[in-house]
Amino acid sequence: MADPTNGPKDTSKDVTARPQGGEVGAAAPAGYTPLIEPRTGLGEMLAPVGGFGVTFSNMFRPTVTEQYPFEKVPAKPRYHGRHQLNRYADGLEKCIGCELCAWACPADAIYVEGADNAPDAQFSPGERYGRVYQINYLRCIFCGLCIEACPTRALTMTNEYELAGPTREGLIYEKQDLLAPLGEGMLPAPHPMVEGTTDDAYYRGEITGPTQSQKVWVELHRPSEGDAPAAGGADGTHAHPTAGHGPHEPLMRTAGQETR
Amino acid sequence: MTITTGKPTPGSPSAGPSSPGNDAQAPKGPDAVTFTIDDVEVAVPKGTLVIRAAEQIGIQIPRFCDHPLLAPAGACRQCLVEVWAPGRDGALAKMPKPQASCTLEATPGMQVKTQLTSAEADKAQHGVMELLLINHPLDCPVCDKGGECPLQNQAMSNGRATSRFVDIKRTFPKPIAISTQVLLDRERCILCQRCTRFSKEIAGDAFIDLQKRGAMQQIGRFDTGVLGFVGDGPVGTALEDESGRPFASYFSGNTIQICPVGALTSATYRFRSRPFDLVSTPGISEHDSCGSAIRVDHRRGVVLRRLAGEDPAVNEEWITDKDRFAFTWQSAPDRLTTPLVRDEETGELRSASWAEALDVAAAGLQAALAGSATTDAPRGVGVLPGGRVTIEDAYAYAKFARVTLGTNDVDLRARPHSPEEEAFLASAVAGQGMSVTFADLEGAPSVLLVGLEAEEEAGITFLRLRKGVVAGTTKVSAIAPLASRGLERLDGTLLAAAPGTEAEVLDAVGTDAGDVRLRDLAEALVAPGAVILVGERLGLVQGGLSAALRLARRTGARLAWVPRRAGERGGVEAGALPSLLPGGRPVADAAARVDVAAVWGVDHLPQTPGRSTAKILKAARKGRLGALVVGGVDVRDLPDPAKARAALAAVPFLVSLEVRRSEVTELADVVLPVAPPVEKAGTFLTWEGRPRPFPQALASTAMADHRVLDQLADALGADLGLRTLAQVHAEIDQLGAWDGARVEAPSVEAAEPPSVAPGDAILATWHQLLDAGRLQDGEAFLAGTAKRPAARVSAATAAGAGVVDGGLLAVSTDAGTIQLPVLVTEMPDHVVWLPTASPGSLVRDTLRAGPGARVRLAPGSQDLTAGPAGGSVPGDRTATTHTEVLA
Repeated sequence: MADPTNGPKDTSKDVTARPQGGEVGAAAPAGYTPLIEPRTGLGEMLAPVGGFGVTFSNMFRPTVTEQYPFEKVPAKPRYHGRHQLNRYADGLEKCIGCELCAWACPADAIYVEGADNAPDAQFSPGERYGRVYQINYLRCIFCGLCIEACPTRALTMTNEYELAGPTREGLIYEKQDLLAPLGEGMLPAPHPMVEGTTDDAYYRGEITGPTQSQKVWVELHRPSEGDAPAAGGADGTHAHPTAGHGPHEPLMRTAGQETR
Repeated sequence: MTITTGKPTPGSPSAGPSSPGNDAQAPKGPDAVTFTIDDVEVAVPKGTLVIRAAEQIGIQIPRFCDHPLLAPAGACRQCLVEVWAPGRDGALAKMPKPQASCTLEATPGMQVKTQLTSAEADKAQHGVMELLLINHPLDCPVCDKGGECPLQNQAMSNGRATSRFVDIKRTFPKPIAISTQVLLDRERCILCQRCTRFSKEIAGDAFIDLQKRGAMQQIGRFDTGVLGFVGDGPVGTALEDESGRPFASYFSGNTIQICPVGALTSATYRFRSRPFDLVSTPGISEHDSCGSAIRVDHRRGVVLRRLAGEDPAVNEEWITDKDRFAFTWQSAPDRLTTPLVRDEETGELRSASWAEALDVAAAGLQAALAGSATTDAPRGVGVLPGGRVTIEDAYAYAKFARVTLGTNDVDLRARPHSPEEEAFLASAVAGQGMSVTFADLEGAPSVLLVGLEAEEEAGITFLRLRKGVVAGTTKVSAIAPLASRGLERLDGTLLAAAPGTEAEVLDAVGTDAGDVRLRDLAEALVAPGAVILVGERLGLVQGGLSAALRLARRTGARLAWVPRRAGERGGVEAGALPSLLPGGRPVADAAARVDVAAVWGVDHLPQTPGRSTAKILKAARKGRLGALVVGGVDVRDLPDPAKARAALAAVPFLVSLEVRRSEVTELADVVLPVAPPVEKAGTFLTWEGRPRPFPQALASTAMADHRVLDQLADALGADLGLRTLAQVHAEIDQLGAWDGARVEAPSVEAAEPPSVAPGDAILATWHQLLDAGRLQDGEAFLAGTAKRPAARVSAATAAGAGVVDGGLLAVSTDAGTIQLPVLVTEMPDHVVWLPTASPGSLVRDTLRAGPGARVRLAPGSQDLTAGPAGGSVPGDRTATTHTEVLA
C-alpha cells in the first residue's frame, strides 16, 4: 500500500476479479454456503406462488390512486403553492411594497414597485403600498423565503399547485392575479383606513371589518361597486392582459381566508 | 487645446484633501502628532480628529453626525472610544469616560482603543445605539433609506441583536413637507444635525433647527423670526425658514443625501425604488457650467434619482437642487424617438426612417449650398448648435459647418451676445486652459463678481466662494444693481451699478481714488491670487468685458468667464464660434486655417469670419440664407424670440437636431432625434476649462449629435470622420494646442450712462436657478421650490411708479407688459429688476428687451395678472401624488 500521506491512494490497481456468483441460474460457486436456510417440504412447494401474497393482500386494501385531474385531492396544509396577497378585514391590502420578498427571493422571481398612498387613494394602511407586484412562476422555486421575509404577512402561500400555462407571459402573475379575493364584508381597496386608527392598529389585528364610514366612502366614490365583492386590484378590475390561465380560485380554502 | 480623452472617471478625486486633517499620507514634520489607535502607531498633522486618523489606518469607528466637510459636532455620540492620554506627570492616564472620537483631536502619546480592542468602547457604542433606536420606528420596510442606511448598517455591526425596549415609541405625524421637495419624518430622526449644519455652514440658508428638549427634542422649523433678510418665497407651499418666510433653498437636496437615517426624503423619489434595485452610473450635471459630479441611479432603463458625486476638486459632495432633481426632461413624453420629415402633400411632420430623413436633409442642404442659377434663391447654411452640447458635439458642429457646409456661420451662443464678447472669448478664454480653478476661488484673498449672480447662475461656484468666505480667506465684492440674498450670504460688498454702467465702474476701480469702496477693491485685487469672475451678462454691456480685461491688467488679478450653460466653454474651445477654429485658432489667421485644414484633410477652410447667432437669424429672416441647422436651442432664449421665430419660419430649409419637441421642431423640415446626456457619453468643460467626461448611463439607440452630423455629412457626400467618440478625441488630440497668434483683445470704451425719462427705468435682469427652463420640465416638486417671481425696485422708484411694496408692478416696452408683485429693495433709482425666464416673467419673449433696456413702469392691474399664480404648482404633495397614482 502506498504511504497514506502521499495523497489519495491509487485505486485502479486494487480492482480484483469479483467472485463469480449471484447470477440467475448460475451454479453456486464452490465453497459457498447460503445464509438463508433453504426451504423444504410444503414451503418449497408453495414458494413459486408465495410472492403473490403481497398482491393478493393489497387487493383488499383501499386504493391510493388519485384520479387527477378528474378528482382533486387536497394537498397538505403547509404545502407551498401559489402565493396570495392578503387583505385586512376591511379589505385594505396588507402589502406595503417594501420589496423585502423580492430581496429574499433566491430565484429573482418577484418584482415589486412601491408607491405613495394618498388620502383619496389609500390601498394599504400607512403611507406606502405595492403598486406593482409580479411573481414569475417560471422562476419561482416555492422555497417560501419570501413568506418569511414579509413583515406584514401580506404574502402567504396557498395550496394551489396548478401552475402551468401555454405562454410565458401568462405565468408572470400580476397583482390582481395574486390578491386574495374579498372576504365577507370586505370593501375593495382603495378606501380610507378605519377612522381614528393608524397602521399600528392594523398590524395589531384590531381591525375586524369595515366601518360604516368606509362603506359610505366607497359608495360615494365608486357607486358601481358598492359593497359587492369585485376583483379588487390596484390597477382597477381589468383582467390579466395576457392571461394564459384561468381565474385562480383557491382549491382548498374558503375565499379570503389567510393561508399559511 | 488640451482635452483629456481618457476613460470617464468623473467621480474620482483628482486633487488633494478637501478639508484639513484629511491627509492620507501624513507628513512627519514638526506639526506631526504621533499616537496609537488599537496599538497601531499613526502620525497625523496636528489638529487631526481621532476618527479621521482611524480612517487612515483602516479602522472604522461607527458614526452618524460626523461628516468630513462639516464642522465637528459630537451630536450623536456613536463614535465613543476609550482614550488614554499622558497626564501632567507624563504617565498615561485613562480618561474617566469614553470620548467621542469625532470631536477629539489627536495629541502626542495618546492611546486610543476603539471597539475592536476595548470592551468598554464596544459596550458604550452598543449603549448609544440602543438609545438611538429607542424612538426610531421600525420603518425599514417602508423607508427609502432601507438598504443604504448608516443606522441600519451600524445597528447590525455595532448594535444589540434584540431590543430591550418594550414601551411605546414616541411618534410624530409624518411626514412634514419642509418644501414641496423635501419631506421630514421626525420620528426617524436621530438628531445628528447634519442637515442643520449643512444649511448653516455650507449653504447659509438655515431653514430647520433643533427645538424643544429631552425626549421631545426634534428637528423642525424655527418658529420665531430671528434672522431678517429680504426673502424670496418659493412657488409651492413650504415651511417657514428661520426668518419666518417660506423656505426656498437651492441646495436643500443635499440634506436628503447626507441624512444618515431616512428622516429627510425626497418627494420625487419617495417609495419609488430600493437601493439594491438601482444601477448607479457616474455622470456630470448638464445644468450649469460648474460640471458637478453626479451619480445617476436608474432601474430598468428609467432614471429614478440623481445624487451628488464626490469630487473634491469641483463640487466636493454638494450639488444644486437643479442638478439633483431636474432629470425628467430627458424622458419627457415629448421625446423625439424617430426622425421626422415634413410631408410634401400635407405639410405635416411624419415619422421617417433614418435613411429617408438623412436623404431629405442632405438634399435640402445641398440645394441651399448650391443655390439656383436661374432664380435668385438665397444661398448658404447657418449652424446654431445651442449652448448645451458636449465638447465632442460642439466640435462636430464646428467641423460640419466648415468642412461640409463651407461656412463659418456657426455660433453656439443661444442668448444675447455681442461682437465684443466674441473677441473676448477668442482672446481671453479660448485655449487658455485652467487659469482659475475652484480651489483658487476658495483660497483667493479677493474675488470680484461682475455680471454674475453666483448662486443663481453657477450654484457650485457660489458654494466654493462661500467656503472661502466662511474660512475667512476670501472677500467677495460684486458689481451689480442690487445685493441679492446670495451676495449677502457671501458677506459680499456691493458696488451698486445700474445696468449698462458696469464698464464705467470697472474702469473706476483703481483709477478713481475718491470712493472708499473702489479704493478698497483696487487694493484687494492687487493681492496675489485675486480673481475677477465675469458672467455672460457682462458681454451685453458695451465695453464691459474690455473694462474687465483692463482691470485685470491693471491689478494683476486673474480673470475667468463663467457662462451659465454647460456647453459654452467647451463650445468656445471646440470652435463653435464664427471667428474661432478649435483650440482658440482665429479664423482670420491663415496659419491657423492651414493647421486645422491639414488635420481635417481638406484643401482649405472658409476664410471670411462667419456671422453671429443674431446675424444668422437676421439673414434668415431677410431671406438671405438658404438653410439652417439648429441644435438644442430654445427659441425663448434667443435675443429676440419673435424675430427668431420669424427667421425660422422664413428660412427655406430647416434641419433640427433635438432631444424633445420644441418650437424649432414645429417649423423644421427635417427633425433628427439626438440623445440626451444620460443616453450618450461625452465631455463637458467647466467654466474653469476642466474636462468632465461622463459615460453613458442608459442603454439607448439614440445617437449623439456628433454621430448624427457624421451621418448627415455622409449623406452629403463628405466624410466627417466623427462617428465615434474615440474618433473625435483622436482628432482633437491631433489638433493639439495652438501656439500662434490669438485674436486681439477687445478694447471698447464704456458707453455713456443711459438717460432715463421720468416714469421710465432701466431693466436689470438675470436668470433664477429654477425657472421656466425646458430642462426642468416635468418635475413639479422641484418647481415648487423655485423662488416666487417678483420685480424689484428701489423705494423712490416704487413711489415714482405709484406702487407700494407687495403691490403689482407693470413693466412694459412697446412689445409687451410683465406684471409682477414688487419687492422694494435697496438699489439704484430708476432701475427695475425682473427674473429673465421665470413663469410670468419671460423678459426676452414678452418685452423683447435685455438688461440695460429702457422700460416703462406703471402700477399693475389685478385682472391682467399673468404672474406667479399662472403656473401649475403642487399646492400640496398629496394632490400631486394622487394624480400620479391614477394616471
